[in-house]
Amino acid sequence: MKNAIGREIPDELLVNAEPYKGNYALDGVEYTKPGPTVRASIKPQESKIAGSLRDAIVQCGLKDGMTVSFHHHLRDGDYVINLVMKEIEALGIRDLTIAASSVGTAHDPVAKMIEDGVVTGLQTSGIRGRMGEAVSNGKLRTTAILRSHGGRVRAIEQGEVHIDIAFIGAPTSDEYGNARGTGGKSDCGVLSYAMVDAKYADKVVIVTDTLMDFPNFPPSIEAVDVDYVVVVDSIGEPKKIASQAARMSQDPRDLMMAENCVRVMAATPYFKDGYSFQAGAGGPSLAVYRFLEPLMIERKIKMRWAIGGITQPTVDLLNKGLIQCVVDAQDFDIGAVRSVHENPNHYEISTSQYANPMNKGAFVNKLDFVILAALEIDTDFNVNVVTGSDGILRGAPGGHPDASAGAKCTIIVTPLVRGRIPTVCERVVTVTTPGDSVDVLVTDYGIAVNPARQDLIEALSAHKIPLSTIDALKDKAYSMVGRPDDLEFFDRIVAIVEARDGTILDIVRQIKPYEL
Amino acid sequence: MEVVKTAIAGTLESSDVQITIEPNGNGTAVDISSIVLNQYGRQIKAIVLDTLNTLGVKSAKVTVVDKGALDCTIKARTECAVYRAAGFAESFPWGGEKQ
Amino acid sequence: MTEKRRLRRTMMFLNAQRPGLIKDAYIYRPDSVMFDLEDAVAENQKDAARFSLYHALLNVDYCGVERIVRINGLDTPYWKEDIRASVAGGADGIRIPKCEYAQDVKLVDAAIEAAENEFSRVKGSTLLMSAIESPRGVLNALSICEASERLFGVAISGADFRKCMQTAYTKSGVEMAAARGNILLAARSAGVQCFDTVFTNLDDMEGFTEEVVMNKQMGFDGKSVISPRQIKIVHDVFAPSEKEIREAEKIVRTVRENADKGVGVFTIDGKMLDIAFVPGAERTLALARASGLYEGEF
Repeated sequence: MKNAIGREIPDELLVNAEPYKGNYALDGVEYTKPGPTVRASIKPQESKIAGSLRDAIVQCGLKDGMTVSFHHHLRDGDYVINLVMKEIEALGIRDLTIAASSVGTAHDPVAKMIEDGVVTGLQTSGIRGRMGEAVSNGKLRTTAILRSHGGRVRAIEQGEVHIDIAFIGAPTSDEYGNARGTGGKSDCGVLSYAMVDAKYADKVVIVTDTLMDFPNFPPSIEAVDVDYVVVVDSIGEPKKIASQAARMSQDPRDLMMAENCVRVMAATPYFKDGYSFQAGAGGPSLAVYRFLEPLMIERKIKMRWAIGGITQPTVDLLNKGLIQCVVDAQDFDIGAVRSVHENPNHYEISTSQYANPMNKGAFVNKLDFVILAALEIDTDFNVNVVTGSDGILRGAPGGHPDASAGAKCTIIVTPLVRGRIPTVCERVVTVTTPGDSVDVLVTDYGIAVNPARQDLIEALSAHKIPLSTIDALKDKAYSMVGRPDDLEFFDRIVAIVEARDGTILDIVRQIKPYEL
Repeated sequence: MEVVKTAIAGTLESSDVQITIEPNGNGTAVDISSIVLNQYGRQIKAIVLDTLNTLGVKSAKVTVVDKGALDCTIKARTECAVYRAAGFAESFPWGGEKQ
Repeated sequence: MTEKRRLRRTMMFLNAQRPGLIKDAYIYRPDSVMFDLEDAVAENQKDAARFSLYHALLNVDYCGVERIVRINGLDTPYWKEDIRASVAGGADGIRIPKCEYAQDVKLVDAAIEAAENEFSRVKGSTLLMSAIESPRGVLNALSICEASERLFGVAISGADFRKCMQTAYTKSGVEMAAARGNILLAARSAGVQCFDTVFTNLDDMEGFTEEVVMNKQMGFDGKSVISPRQIKIVHDVFAPSEKEIREAEKIVRTVRENADKGVGVFTIDGKMLDIAFVPGAERTLALARASGLYEGEF
């Protein structure tokens, strides 16, 4: 049947799941949280250190068919997934499900394990590189599940995913398992994605390369939830964990779009003292800070809080006193890592606090503005951030659907055309953020407001901001680049895209090889 | 127009296309690689063949390496490569190829 | 306002050989773009750049932004073919680099006319401007400005000029003072527009702004720019003040009202004014309109 955004969802998928019914359709629903099976440690015990990763895996009792979880705070520098999976493969254990907050090019070796049947299930908020190609080409034996960051912790907290063992890479830990995101030689700032895993997994293994004196406080992951600590040589490559401070884009196109984003923000009633804000880490999104700063000074207003993946531009405004506090669920660069160490107004939060739609109220619900990018956006304002123009999985819903659904004003900023690919199109390949949570589109060729937001259309018009329509922008794009051929897929469904509330938003089918 | 030598036009920069034209015994063969192949491969092939046809090229081996070029760029690079391959240096019949 | 006298606050240089640049530079809203076939294009790519230019002119809708082509110098084997490609593609104007004599302008004028005939373009539809890059060009500026009906303006070009004068860029602009002054005098005498040279240091936006303010004070019509980031600065500097707009509107309105009554000289706010003030006032309103500051009737 067709779901609320007109995507055809095959009936066989709707046996145990509901089709997407709208952003807030499940508001007020009641449920009981599941609990993990815990092995008590009553006897006094000096240390939880296991001799090796292999020992920890064996002692946890990992078996065929189980689910193991990982986080991606170490980003492209992550060694942990490969280290753990190599040992699992060597032990001859098969048919595993990986439940990760994201996987990327750092994990290319796992693609082979997908082909070999070591890994047969995958649930993630992002997928790139060889693993994306393997899943898109139908190599995974089950259907992958793609969830937003908020949707992932929701699935854990509602019991849809049961984690048998959580492997948590941590920059520092003591021998009892108090683990932190800061410090050590592989500093990633925060451990937000792993916090819920630690509370809901049957077994929790901390993997660290820097052992601290007990107690390693204040901890991101508490020792009371940890079974084993494994010390390895290195959990990641520092340069790829936290990149050099994000340099503000000098690209004139990015700057022009960023300036227009700020004009849009300033024309809404939400731009006032005490507002809240999130921006993605893309060039134009980050460049927004450059234009926000002078305007905030001119209007004498401050931002009460900024949230999200944090980068240097956010930290700069925090240090200048233009932002009062930063709540942090991921650090993208050295500036953000350093700040969460040093600045008392820069706080680490869990991903559930950040974005879970099914707790009693996440931070995103209180957002005024979010500014995000898109690979594609269609004339119904549906956004795709996961499949490339070749139909291959190469992206991440991440926090995009969560912040979009929560914010009072969601602005998508993207060039109209990338290379020859029209970003604004008739129909996105895959919907990852539904159009009912997107309010404004800012492109290099014009601005369009979702017709559902007549209030914003009036506010922007009153400030003489020239408005186009999303259909006109699509037409302009097609007039420049030509109408793209539709991608061709096999029937086989390789991935389900869940809405953040667990309903089915869209599906991804196996891509057909292209023939001229 | 007759292809008498190998010629290249265009670059591998974003939004550009590199066209290589070589003499070919009989007929025309076009090989295309493109970052937008799935969505524009057929259109790229059509515009290259159309341009060759308009210029009266009967046989050539054409290699297209596309970095997301628009049709007008594909046309410009193909024409340039053909004229170079035909040893033609000036007094181009601008617009005349339409007739 | 005729095409010849349209607003040209900014002319943005674009390398005609680079598709990524020429496909949509109009989105930055310069008044004119300058497709460069000359210095930006390597010797062995002159032909490729012409094909790019020709197809861009034919196929890309520049949405009202003027399209000028900088051809290669008259001492090269390229300039005639450059003109044919430009005219065939329908360029709005041609810029002659390194112009030193009125004869240079006449030579190009004739080649354009021949191309307009060859490609069935309306005779006289392709405009012309000269870049003056040498001391001799500066001294011959008036005759250059008066050499062709097509010519809408002259630009001083700093790089070569400074070299000839054995000097270099200074913040005060003292090394260019005589040249700027002279071509401005020539352009105003001939009734054509006058444009200042590029400012190449993109890391010094303050220095750029100061130079643009000086340009406006000296009486230039606009400036050549090398980056979209420079456009808004020029447009902001050239934007008239609220007061200037109100005065200009009053002048135009009063002249029209009095003209209906047959009165030629009148006073506004105690100042004696006549019809000679109208072109200046109209230009102020056109600048204001282009800057989004004026939506009135004139």
